[in-house]
Amino acid sequence: MPLLEAADIKKVFGKLTALDGAALTVGENEFHGLIGPNGSGKSTLMKCIAGAEVPTQGKVSFVNTDITAFTPTERARAGMSLKFQITSVLPTLTLYDNILLALQAQCSLLDLVFSRTRGLLHDQVMTMLTQFRLADRAFDAAAALSHGQQQWLEIAMALAGKPKLLLLDEPTGGMSLEERRVTGELLQPIKQHCSLVIVEHDLDFIRDICDRLTVLDQGKVLASGTVSEIQANKAVQEIYLRRA
Amino acid sequence: MLKTMGAAKQAVHANVGSEADVPVAKSASTGRKILPIVEGVVLVAALLAPLVLQDYLTVFATRVIILALFALSFDLVWGYAGIMSFGQALFFGSAGYGVALLARDLDITNILLVLPAGTIIGLTSALLLGGFLLLGRHPSSVIFVSLGTLTGSYAADRLARGWYYLGGQNGIPSIAPMSLGGYEFTEGPAFYYLVLGILVVVYLLCRFLVRSQFGLALAGLRENEQRIAFFGYKAQHLKAIIFTIGGAIAGLAGSLYAFHEGFVWPNMVGVVVSTQVVLYVLFGGSGTLIGAVIGTVIVEGVSFWLSDNYRDVWPIILGLLLLLVILFRPLGLISFVLGERERVGSFGAKPKEKRNAAP
Repeated sequence: MPLLEAADIKKVFGKLTALDGAALTVGENEFHGLIGPNGSGKSTLMKCIAGAEVPTQGKVSFVNTDITAFTPTERARAGMSLKFQITSVLPTLTLYDNILLALQAQCSLLDLVFSRTRGLLHDQVMTMLTQFRLADRAFDAAAALSHGQQQWLEIAMALAGKPKLLLLDEPTGGMSLEERRVTGELLQPIKQHCSLVIVEHDLDFIRDICDRLTVLDQGKVLASGTVSEIQANKAVQEIYLRRA
Repeated sequence: MLKTMGAAKQAVHANVGSEADVPVAKSASTGRKILPIVEGVVLVAALLAPLVLQDYLTVFATRVIILALFALSFDLVWGYAGIMSFGQALFFGSAGYGVALLARDLDITNILLVLPAGTIIGLTSALLLGGFLLLGRHPSSVIFVSLGTLTGSYAADRLARGWYYLGGQNGIPSIAPMSLGGYEFTEGPAFYYLVLGILVVVYLLCRFLVRSQFGLALAGLRENEQRIAFFGYKAQHLKAIIFTIGGAIAGLAGSLYAFHEGFVWPNMVGVVVSTQVVLYVLFGGSGTLIGAVIGTVIVEGVSFWLSDNYRDVWPIILGLLLLLVILFRPLGLISFVLGERERVGSFGAKPKEKRNAAP
């Protein structure tokens, strides 16, 4: 049984059909890339899976549960996490507090009011910050970070709740080559406990990190398979050549 | 390792604090805490006030302290949680009316009964309105909440004006003073110190709350509600909770106000008082508890002085003054002495390094 199964997803915005029967299946501990030309519906499909958009039609199952009607909060509590395309770290808070905010999300109200988990979570916060090479800036405001570092902080925040599935929308957007390489390194270790869906324009990055790929074109699935299968696929080559 | 961070941190603080005054940013990065000093100064001034003020000014100061308590309630809801409540007077005024009715119809004026009763009235009405406005399955828009609270306040005002039982336009006059055993709290220093004591207790409770991990959740709510919902926070519940706490504090303030003034009237639940409290907090500095208190004192003090000296045009002068502050100091007067980093504070456990926390 796959971890995530989105079937026959249709999303209509007014007269525009963004998704027209798209589907996505992700297994456990699988890194899955979602690629396609601009406007093919990648981000919309991500949003439908994460709960930021409600699909017009179709069904999303996660860990054998139909979550189509779940709110983002319910999805997060079921073990799904999303990193937005636009970085949305909380700029006025310190890095430490950004991570703590993400870590304490599922603490009870009394724990929060009486700060009962503050001490317990301290080590976890520092571990996350160290893992993402941000520990020496723990007490700076997030606004002071470079764009690439903000993306890492955001990935760290998305991973804080130990999700089973992480959705990354363009994690390397606006990054330098070196930052992209480091992002790839930072993502590798999470494979042991988490699956990943990545929307990304950088095909080299996708090829290096992903196990399987799904190619969208005009709101439909053009092809889905392992990286080598997709690379050999004539139709895929065509759409990328056509637009290159 | 923490020590070596110092230099880098200073550089960063200078960047972050670029909106604030440079000297402020510097003092924040050297670890000097401004907030406790400001709080201490205000407390000492408040404790000494009745000793130096004439009697009629002590009465005025008592009213200001009660209004500062009311301002705290709005600051929690808006300054900390980012909920636009333009109807905070609804909770203030309905508690005022509630205790006035207790005193008029049931002869209940015991302070141990009326103050909890007023608090519960504020809490319940905020729970009902907040539940309706905030607890939908999907997050309610800022416009919906602000118009909803405004409408609630306006409707209550109209209701009070039209309802004979509540005294209509005239409200409820000559409320008997609050009592404890044989003692009656009438205007004067005893009443002053009573409300000051209550303000200090509520202030400390709020301070505890906004510096806790719950306060961190509120900061997340204020900055990006959608983001924290994706972390798994029940954002609407958090909002309803803080809105209800705000309502309870406004109710406590309203019941003190009713007994201090000796009467209640429809304005007390209406849009005028709802707007007034927004101005207090804007003026002093939202998102800091002491800012709400200072804002109340200054707005009320300045209006008092202006209305004495410029009988006709004082509201225009006050309006201009408020506009200037909002234009040039959107974070309020407190931002003259307080840097951005200290205002937001930090929330985590820092075993080795004690750092500034939220006010």
